[in-house]
Amino acid sequence: MNTLAITVNLITGRTIQQGVSMEGGKEKPAYTAACGIIEIDPSDFAKLGAYRNTTVRVTSEHGSVVVKAIEATQGPHPGVAYIPMGPWANQVINPNTYSTGMPTFKGTPVEITEAKNETVLDSLELVRKACRGEI
Amino acid sequence: MTKTIPDVVCPFCGTLCDDLEVVVSDDGKQLLEVYNACAIGAEKFLHSQAEDRLTRPRLAQEDGSWKEIGYEEAIEYTAQMLANSKKPLMYGWSSTNCEAQGVGSEIGEITGAVMDNTATVCHGTSLIAVQDIGIPHCTLGEVKNRADRVVFWGCNPAHAHPRHMSRYSIFPRGFFTGKGHKGRKVIVIDPRKTDTANVADVHLQIEQGRDYELLDALRVAFKGLPLPDVVAGIPKEQIYEAAEVLKSGRFVIIFFGMGVTQSLGKNHNIDEAIAVTRDLNEYTKAAIMPMRGHYNVTGSGAVWGWQFGFPFAVDLSRGFARYNPGETTSNDLLRRDEVDSVFVLGSDPGAHFPFSSVKKISELPSVCIDPHQTPTTAVCKLHVPVAFVGVEVGGCAYRMDNVPIETRKVVDAPEGMMTDEEFLEKVLGRIKEIKGE
Ligand code: SF4
Repeated sequence: MNTLAITVNLITGRTIQQGVSMEGGKEKPAYTAACGIIEIDPSDFAKLGAYRNTTVRVTSEHGSVVVKAIEATQGPHPGVAYIPMGPWANQVINPNTYSTGMPTFKGTPVEITEAKNETVLDSLELVRKACRGEI
Repeated sequence: MTKTIPDVVCPFCGTLCDDLEVVVSDDGKQLLEVYNACAIGAEKFLHSQAEDRLTRPRLAQEDGSWKEIGYEEAIEYTAQMLANSKKPLMYGWSSTNCEAQGVGSEIGEITGAVMDNTATVCHGTSLIAVQDIGIPHCTLGEVKNRADRVVFWGCNPAHAHPRHMSRYSIFPRGFFTGKGHKGRKVIVIDPRKTDTANVADVHLQIEQGRDYELLDALRVAFKGLPLPDVVAGIPKEQIYEAAEVLKSGRFVIIFFGMGVTQSLGKNHNIDEAIAVTRDLNEYTKAAIMPMRGHYNVTGSGAVWGWQFGFPFAVDLSRGFARYNPGETTSNDLLRRDEVDSVFVLGSDPGAHFPFSSVKKISELPSVCIDPHQTPTTAVCKLHVPVAFVGVEVGGCAYRMDNVPIETRKVVDAPEGMMTDEEFLEKVLGRIKEIKGE
């Protein structure tokens, strides 16, 4: 079993697929495919020893979420990982606003490990289950 | 037969493109084609026609299922919830028209609510910075016609504002910018090599979160003073070079986005970016503009600006308007358990707030007004679908450069559906009855 873990700096933001799939319906599989992912630099993939498109668990001080790991589409950027803005990213980002009103959506240290047997939940199920404390 | 409606305004992002063409069926009930929009805008129009669209309000049941109810019942439920709350949070407002925002503000006043819009997780920190030190601003028309130096700092319009570059900032030929892209120098500052960085002349691949340092370094470089060898991951030669490119322009525009507003430093990053712009005005003409996301987040700031004097995070619970970002902002209120109900319209905090705030919403009495099913509707107690603003009803919206544009209705909403404004009017009327006003 592979238990390698890497630590990277996580940022979030828009992608065009995020925008299109969001307007197409957040309950649809396309939204999960567009935002339930983490973009990782090829060099970080090598460190993790994982294949492209495996599911991974991303954990920060603030939470944990299962997403699919893909190779960075807008890179390279070693040490930086990217989850498109949405409920998956928001499980792990730093909610602290440091008295500005703005949560710290960019620049959260996260640990990534393989999670081959876990599935990526769709957005509605993810928030419902998380709110009920089931994940 | 079909009809083609010209000059339609896209209600998705702050670029508010006003040159769309929409083909509808002769009876005005079906929307068939959308021309000129980007992929996101087109999807927004076409999805309003989805077969599985919800057309009636739904109330969450104990077992997690939904019960369909009528609009009358939904109005009563919402009015009771707001009238009986000590301090409701009324959040969203960025995906609706100014008319609805105005009615919403009146409800906020009567119920002592906190009114907050999506700027709170977007450009709220920019608004704080603007109030702190002011802003040299311009319109997108001036950018198109005059700008020969364009900076994209911590924003990625290729993905977030897909037609911004072709309509205003990089490619178009304007009155004084007849060579289009060839006559412009584009600088992108981003920790990733984004698709926007790919079309730039210069990409400064900054270390994430080091914006303040690089901005400061630019100000030093403008004056030709010495810099350390590397600042924020960028060699000093590149910084001097970028400073020269900017100083030598006839009109510099700096667009900035979430990379600056959501990284640590927040409003202070923007203070410094505005200071860079001010410094540049000693050598040439320069302006700076936030890349606003939702198509009418700027409008809600404008509406509350006239009504209350503040553009977001307006706390009306004491009978007058208070504003203190960090205290009266949605996420801080939710984190500190300071509101006792949540009303959401024209936004999706369930998807776009940190999870700790989403959990708080799920524990409170809550109503969500939204044409779509979203993570917010999934955790709210009442979901009221409404007509799409900008597609099924018109109304005023403000572009990212503060220019108001009248959006257009292109098709009819499904039979019997209410608009945001109608729903809010009814709720307002009922709250007045309950409160005996
Ligand atoms: S750039 Fe923005 S306003 Fe223009 S069509 Fe695309 S989503 Fe709509």
